[in-house]
Amino acid sequence: MMEWLAMGGYGGYVWGAYGVAVIAIGAECIALVRRRRRAFARARAEAEVNHGD
Amino acid sequence: MRWLYRYASPATFYPVAGALAPWFFVAAALLGAAGLYIGLIAAPTDFQQGDAYRIIYIHVPAAWMSMFIYVVMAAYGVLFLSLNTRLSAMMMSALAPTGAMFTFLALWTGALWGRPTWGAYWVWDARLTSELILLFLYLGFMALQAAIEDPRRADRAAALLAIVGVVNVPIIYFSVQWWNTLHQGASVSLTASPKMARIMLTGMLIMSLAAWLYAIGASLLRVRAIILEREAGAEWLQGHVDGKAR
Repeated sequence: MMEWLAMGGYGGYVWGAYGVAVIAIGAECIALVRRRRRAFARARAEAEVNHGD
Repeated sequence: MRWLYRYASPATFYPVAGALAPWFFVAAALLGAAGLYIGLIAAPTDFQQGDAYRIIYIHVPAAWMSMFIYVVMAAYGVLFLSLNTRLSAMMMSALAPTGAMFTFLALWTGALWGRPTWGAYWVWDARLTSELILLFLYLGFMALQAAIEDPRRADRAAALLAIVGVVNVPIIYFSVQWWNTLHQGASVSLTASPKMARIMLTGMLIMSLAAWLYAIGASLLRVRAIILEREAGAEWLQGHVDGKAR
């Protein structure tokens, strides 16, 4: 396990690359969900104003 | 042409995108897991580069996606300017952040691979410089669109920028042939047999497919949010927004 993590001495580079990739994709997913929620709430509020409930 | 316009309407596309997106994410996650297993565990250490070479399993797919997404974005720009379909403009905007993310990853992972392999995180080599310009094009596209108040004019300006900027993509792709670059030439091409071991190639292709599916899923989700933002108040949205957020 430790040997695998060390990546033959290149651990910092390899995990630095993979770690940032995971963070970037995770950040994009979070941003997507938040944008979706915001847009949904606005569209819903607007629909209620227009058509009344 | 009629069917094209029908599917190019946000009202038709909104539920379709919502139904498709999860499947793309599931497929991307499964392939991504398989690709990571091959790349980080199953594939052997490279005899020249040691384990540092394992960075290519994200570097190459990210670099491919960064260029490919830009071309698709510009193609939507052409569609929007010529046919004036609103959905094309929305798809164009939906792709930009994902493209920028992959471009950043290509640069970042390239730097971390370059340091142990070349001895430098960065060199002003034609390949690296043109890829950096690609990142600026993505950021410029998003900034330009955000800076213009009227969405139609914003789309028009952004589409033009996307189309003009596409000239940079062949420059990136062929830079390793046109100039003497520190960056190596293509390891995988359609015309020659790949210059790498089969398992390494398989891992890289699986990771690329996963990146592809992820990009499609992410842009479908984002285009849904954009549709909601732009069409808020439209009659057809009524049935989609009452009830719980899905």
